Formats: sequence, C-alpha cells, structure tokens
Amino acid sequence: MNDLSLSELLAAHPPRDGALLPLLHAVQEALGHVPPAAVPLIAEHLSLSRAEVHGVISYYHFFRSSAPGKQVLQVCRAEACQARGAEALLAHAEARLGCASHHTRADGAVTLEPVYCLGLCASAPALQINERLHARMTPAKLDALLAKEGL
Amino acid sequence: MTSAIVKVFVPRDSAALAVGADEVAEALRHECQCRGLKVELVRNGSRGLFWLETLVEVQTPQGRIAYGPVEAADVPGLLDAGLLQGGEHPLRQGVTEQIPFLALQERLTFRRVGVIDPLSLADYEAHEGWAGLRRALSLDGSAIIQEMLHSGLRGRGGAAFPAGIKWKTVREAQSAQKYVVCNADEGDSGTYSDRMTMEGDPFMLIEGMTIAALAVGATRGYIYIRSEYPHAIATMKEAIARATAAGFLGDSVCGSGRAFHLEVRKAAGSYVCGEETAMLESIEGKRGVVRAKPPLPALSGLFGQPTVINNVITFASAPIILARGAQAYRDFGVGRSHGTLPFQLAGNIKHGGLVEKAFGLTLRELLYGFGGGTASGRPIKAVQVGGPLGAYVPESQWDVPLDYEAYAAMGAVVGHGGIVVHDDTADLSQLARYAMEFCAIESCGKCTPCRIGSTRGVEVIDRIRFNRNNDQNRAEQVILLRDLCDTMTHGSLCAMGGMTPFPVLSALNHYPQDFGLAAPDQAAA
Ligand SMILES: Cc1cc2nc3c(=O)[nH]c(=O)nc-3n(C[C@H](O)[C@H](O)[C@H](O)COP(=O)(O)O)c2cc1C
Ligand code: SF4
Ligand code: FES
Repeated sequence: MNDLSLSELLAAHPPRDGALLPLLHAVQEALGHVPPAAVPLIAEHLSLSRAEVHGVISYYHFFRSSAPGKQVLQVCRAEACQARGAEALLAHAEARLGCASHHTRADGAVTLEPVYCLGLCASAPALQINERLHARMTPAKLDALLAKEGL
Repeated sequence: MTSAIVKVFVPRDSAALAVGADEVAEALRHECQCRGLKVELVRNGSRGLFWLETLVEVQTPQGRIAYGPVEAADVPGLLDAGLLQGGEHPLRQGVTEQIPFLALQERLTFRRVGVIDPLSLADYEAHEGWAGLRRALSLDGSAIIQEMLHSGLRGRGGAAFPAGIKWKTVREAQSAQKYVVCNADEGDSGTYSDRMTMEGDPFMLIEGMTIAALAVGATRGYIYIRSEYPHAIATMKEAIARATAAGFLGDSVCGSGRAFHLEVRKAAGSYVCGEETAMLESIEGKRGVVRAKPPLPALSGLFGQPTVINNVITFASAPIILARGAQAYRDFGVGRSHGTLPFQLAGNIKHGGLVEKAFGLTLRELLYGFGGGTASGRPIKAVQVGGPLGAYVPESQWDVPLDYEAYAAMGAVVGHGGIVVHDDTADLSQLARYAMEFCAIESCGKCTPCRIGSTRGVEVIDRIRFNRNNDQNRAEQVILLRDLCDTMTHGSLCAMGGMTPFPVLSALNHYPQDFGLAAPDQAAA
C-alpha cells in the first residue's frame, strides 16, 4: 500500500455526513482495492469503529479487500443477458481463461466476475473488460477480445 | 466536394460505446480530415434503437438521415456513398424521425434524448429546457404540488405511489433542513431508461429535482447512481458543474435567492440499495440495510430529515408537466395510469430498445409491433415484465393493457417498464431458480424469510428439477415451494423477499412442464 497516497486521500475527504462511501471509492480507485491495513486509518479519520468500516466494505459487492488481477473481466449474468446466452458465455470465459468466476487466476493476470446488469440489456449479452463495455457478445468475439488484451 | 460544415451525430451512450461508437467517431474524424471534408461531430445520446447502434446521423436539408448499424470499417464506404449529403447506402435508414419504431412513439421525457448534445446548455435551452423550472419559480410550492397532483404522475421506480402526495408530505413537514434524493440505482435487469436519461439528457433530471426542491423547500439534493454506470456518473457530475456555473443550481437558483445544491453519490454494487431506505443508509455511509417503515422517509429520511425520494424518470417528468401544464400530461394514459412510460425492450428481441408510449398499449404490441419478435427467430415463450421481482407473463396475457391496476389484477407488475423476452429454449424452472439465487445473493439479511428462505428456495427448486424420476417427492417439494413463497410474501420486510415469489410462482403456474409437472391447468390464472 502506498501510505502517502492514502494520507492524501484522507486529507481530501474530511469527516462530514456520509463521508465513508466516497472515501472508500477514492481509496479503491487509487489502490485497486481497500487494503485491510487501511481500515484502522479510515476508522480513526472518520471517528468510526473498525468493525463499522469493515462491515461496510464487506457488505458491498463493489469493494474489494484484496488486489484484483491485472485485468478484470466482468460478465453479466442477469436475465436479459441470460436470454441471449450469458451462462454459456461465462462458462466459455472460465474455460478459455482457466479461471473460475469470482476468482483471480493463479498468475494474477486476470480476475473473472459475474455482474448483475450493465444497463446494456437490449444489446445482450454484455460484458466489461478493464472498464470498457462490450455488447452483442459471442464466444468468438470474446476470444478475439481476450487475445487483443494478451490473455 | 462541399465546403459547408456538416453536422454529424455519433452517440456517446454506453450501449453505443459498447458496440464501437468511439471507434466510429474516430474513423469519421480521421477520414474526413484526410479527405478535406468539414464536419462538426456531435456526440449525442442514443435514440434507443439499439439494434441500429452505432446509429450515425447526418443533418441535411431533408432532416436528419440515419445510418446504422455502423462499424468503424464502414466509414470510408459511407463517405464514398455521400454520407454527408445523406447519400444512398445499404446502411441508410432514412429520415430518423420517420423510422417506424421511433415515429410511433409518444416521447415526452425522451423527446430530447438522442437529439441534442447532452452537455450543451444551449441545446437544452433551445429544446424547451428550463421552461418548467422558470414556471415553477413563478409559483409557490403548493401550486407546484397542485400541478404534480393533477398530472396524475405516479412514481416510475416501481411502487407507483403518486408523486404529488409524497411531495406534499415533505412540504408540510416542519424542519430546517430537507432533502431531495434521486434513486438512480436502476438495478433491474432489462431496464436502462434511467441510464439513458442521465447520459443523454442530464439537465432534465437536474431541472426536475430543482423543481422538487422548490416545491418542498429543500436546499440539498443527492443523486445515488449505481457503480455499474460510470458514464452516467461522469455525465451527471459534469452537467451539475455546468448548471451550477450557469446559475441554475447553487445559492440562488436563477437569481431567485433560493438555494439548491446537488451532488452525485456513487453506489457500490448492492441491488437492495435501490430500496429507498437502504439507499438512505448507504448515502449516510452505512451498510445498505432496509429500515422499517414508519417513519416514512418523507418525514424522517436522509439524516433523519424530511426527504423526497423519487426515481430518475419521476423527476424527469416534472419539467414537462410544469412547462406544458398538468392536464396535457394527464391526458396521456388509461384509468389511473396517466402519462407515458419509457418501456424497455430487452433480452431475446429483434428490435431491442426504448419505447416511450402512453400507458394502455399491450405487451403484444410491444413485442411484435415494436420489437419484431425474437432475435433468434424462434417463438417467444415467456416475458418477464418489471425487473427481477416481476412475474413471467405467458402468451394468454399479452393482450392485457399495460396499466398499473390491470397488471396488479393478474398478479404481475409494470414496475420500471423493463421487458425481458425469452424464446422457447428458455427453461422456466432454471429462471425460477435464478430468481431465488439472486434474492439470496442480494438480500440485506435483516429478515429471515428473505435471507434463509431464498437459499432454501434454491435447494427446493433443485430437488424439483433433478428429481425427474420420483413423482411423489417432486409433488411434495412443489407444496414446500409454494409454502415457502407464501412465507416470503407475507413475512418479508421489503419487496426483495416479498416479491421474489412473483417470478418463481408465475414460472411454476404458467410453465409447469418445465418443472416436470403436468401441463398447465387452464383455470389457473
Ligand atoms: C429491492 C428493491 C430494489 C429497488 N430498486 C429501485 C431502483 O433501482 N430504482 C428505483 O427508482 N426504485 C427502486 N426501488 C423502489 C424504491 O424503493 C422506491 O419506491 C422508489 O425509488 C421511489 O421513487 P418513485 O416513487 O419515484 O418510484 C426498489 C425497491 C426494492 C424493494
Ligand atoms: S426482505 Fe430481504 S432485502 Fe428486504 S429487508 Fe428483509 S432481508 Fe432485507
Ligand atoms: S441484463 Fe445484462 S446488461 Fe442488463
């Protein structure tokens, strides 16, 4: 963890009503995750208990306590995408990457995550890789995308 | 070669970006530069005709001409064919406004989306922007609320509670600090109208929330946007900055001396945080656990203060109601469902996209008239209306008019207007299992029927699905499943646990074959 940037982030998010989520977002944006070592510092900064901060981090799907892979592939598996083959697409991604969903591959190259709707339901199935959206996906198009990303 | 500057529109909506709109825009810029063609590239919102994205439009004397779906590689050929003059090409769709999917709509809240540059204050102003706010500033709060009440507008986020009554409650509450909160969590599969609004016409939401603030006497507002929508978040933040700089937000709204400050809050991937009290907890910086009601958020909401909470489309309807008058809005619709709803066609549908129509059309008109049937070309089997907590509607009910009461009467919901189509390869027992699984993943954990019941629901459905050879056991499990759904319906604190039985039971009742049971009983509704 980069201590300097964490203290800068804390300084940029002074205690105020409802400050915790914006601060956690800022930390995750800067560091890729919210490291456990940051929890006591955040708690002290906002006058919360460590348990409260940990409770919030663990409650929300978006926050991570450990670093993700170098690349993150999120495949939508909500109903509209299911209607266009999302389950098969996710299975294909698992096989192609050699990585189960909800996991980071052993070499740290990629994390595979199911997500529940990216708002692209009319162009299903949809996925996101490294924060770029892709719709009307097929296993073949996914292969081409992954190859382009060096995966 | 012409030398006049031609306006070309390439959407910046997420759904266009996801199929390569940025690459198309870049190719256009590059090719036009190489060819010495002068173009003004406008990045508009989406018209919502998603099978045609990337939909490129060119301004011509005949109106805007549409081409789609355009890929970057098509750009040189399009320019060769005279794209900038609206020339013939296999991708040419004609005058945009005359494409039947669009021409047959009744666009009120979506009248500017896809038309204007979303972040241009000048474009917004030139297209009826701020007219509602200016009228609101000339009225007192109770007169604004009278307009809202008379319009018949009901909350578009799902529960369909009259917006005017909610605003009235907040207005009459005594407090030094009141809030306006916009629910932009839009977690339902098959819905994207909030996202399109925020990305395609953000000033409309700002205007609507400001009208609400003036009506109830609130000075601070929050827009809670799901983390899955980074483009909507960025667009809203930029729009707030521009509106503030231009004096539409801030210490003195339009020089009136009345303050309204607006802020975006990014959510963190929890479906139940779309439930209004869980959302308040989340904005306050806590775990998004549902609060018991009462007290109503209108009286004790954000930080314990009176708070107006509405959906994006609810707020976005306020400007046109104020600008054109409540009666003009009220005249759309049927029964007690007034106005229009942006229906959202999704899933296995040939022409997926946004259809804003007055209440009262039927699902069949949407599925075939607008949607053109399935994308796979196979028969439609089941349609889930109203998001993951909505019922699966079988063909026998596709002619019921879409209005809140008619849908409630058949045990279904209109919800946020999301429509997800499945063809005949769908296994409804699998989709019922998924509904339970989703509830188990997203439950806030506060009450047992939802927290434990959903996990048990997955197990029971699995026993039904994988016990194909034991009829007796399967029959027992079906009784158990119905019992469990009954407990969830009546014992849950919020609609997450309370409505998960809708998709589950509708699947079981209308598609029993998929559960290994006898064909549907014609008497079962
Ligand atoms: C589990 C659950 C999820 C919900 N998700 C949303 C949502 O994403 N967006 C929304 O506007 N309302 C959602 N609602 C409804 C809100 O609780 C609330 O009724 C609504 O935001 C009020 O605004 P309206 O009156 O303008 O519809 C959800 C409700 C439940 C129970
Ligand atoms: S029904 Fe589920 S989501 Fe709603 S309060 Fe109970 S546990 Fe939480
Ligand atoms: S259901 Fe997959 S993007 Fe909405």
